[in-house]
Amino acid sequence: MTAAIETIGLGKQYRRTWALRGCTLAIPEGRVVGLVGPNGAGKTTLLGLAAGMLAPTCGTISVLGEPPAAGPAQLGRVGYVAQDTPAYARMRVADHLRLGAWLNPGWDGELAGRRVAQIGLDPKQRAGSLSGGQRAQLALTLALAKRPELLLLDEPVASLDPLARREFLRGLMEAVAEHNTSVVLSSHLVTDLERVCDYLIVLVASQVRIAGEVGELLASHRRLSGPRRDPGTLPAGQAVVEESHTDKQSTLLVRTDEPVLDPAWTVTPVGMEELVLAYMNPANDIPARRPRLGVAS
Amino acid sequence: MIEFQLDETSGVATYLQLVQQVHQALRMGMLEPGDQLPTAQQVVAKLVINPNTVHKAYRELEREGLARARPGLGTFITRSPSGTDPATQARFLAAMTEWLRSARSAGLGPDDIEAIYRTAFRTCFSEGAA
Repeated sequence: MTAAIETIGLGKQYRRTWALRGCTLAIPEGRVVGLVGPNGAGKTTLLGLAAGMLAPTCGTISVLGEPPAAGPAQLGRVGYVAQDTPAYARMRVADHLRLGAWLNPGWDGELAGRRVAQIGLDPKQRAGSLSGGQRAQLALTLALAKRPELLLLDEPVASLDPLARREFLRGLMEAVAEHNTSVVLSSHLVTDLERVCDYLIVLVASQVRIAGEVGELLASHRRLSGPRRDPGTLPAGQAVVEESHTDKQSTLLVRTDEPVLDPAWTVTPVGMEELVLAYMNPANDIPARRPRLGVAS
Repeated sequence: MIEFQLDETSGVATYLQLVQQVHQALRMGMLEPGDQLPTAQQVVAKLVINPNTVHKAYRELEREGLARARPGLGTFITRSPSGTDPATQARFLAAMTEWLRSARSAGLGPDDIEAIYRTAFRTCFSEGAA
């Protein structure tokens, strides 16, 4: 199986600062992948490197099995929407589409026109006077009309109101359903990711804290609460991700593939937000796991 | 055709929510063999969820033998789930109600009762699973 993005020891240095360092990961193809992590984790740099907008300082990266931006053909396979969904302020909506058609050999003019009508954009309007939501939709339209195999989106909905966000994600999901596009989407909005992503990667300080199929991740984590207990006495199959104790009570977040049968525990499922927060928390000492490709189920 | 809903606070996986809603609709007679389920495109447009989630739900329904995908046409209901027979259900409902009444008259509150139920439930269903 080809990886959408595969990196080994990838690093990007600006003067003395490393924006990304020693990043090794494999992002599977055919998925909608949510990339989350604290500010400064390297998400934007990783996506910029994958899009070929940046050149790595060290390490290797391949995108759909090829070096990023290796040539015109490779550029056409990957769509990229940068943070804040930029557009040319003085150009009209229709000019953006014309430019897109001119620059991209595989341009799908029918799709672009249909989406512009569906979103309700006026082709004569200048991009500078569009609302944030409309501009994001325009940027998504341009990226989708390339008919890319892989779409990279860097926090596309961060500045949008809830309705505009929902409409943006609806457009994205409809495109995924229609064209089977692979998507890598970075965002802080975990509830959005929970809806639209089927694969999750938590990136902290250039390292993958956890990666996996969303359903499997949620199914394999449990919150246990009960009488105070030393986590060292747990069964071997239960790995503690997070723990807190009072003098009488213990609350643990564990990763386990087996059901928790100990009647002393009250066992509750873990939501995506809780899961992400636990893995993002630098206080939790989680043993590094080697990222692996998800198997299509 | 049924319309799916999404409960984001339930903690139940999205694909499972779809599966359960089909079960429910079958039990209520809102879906019958031969009926078509919404296409992945339609569900995605309505709920703004990942299309793979819809495919996963429909695969699960196929695995259960309740639905079948006809290439190019969509996914159709093939049969109703074989539930427990109504008489058995009624018998256990009566016994449970009787038990709850006696627990209540013994002075137990709803929380006490729920704790007992959960413990018993877990004890019962972990037998043989270990």
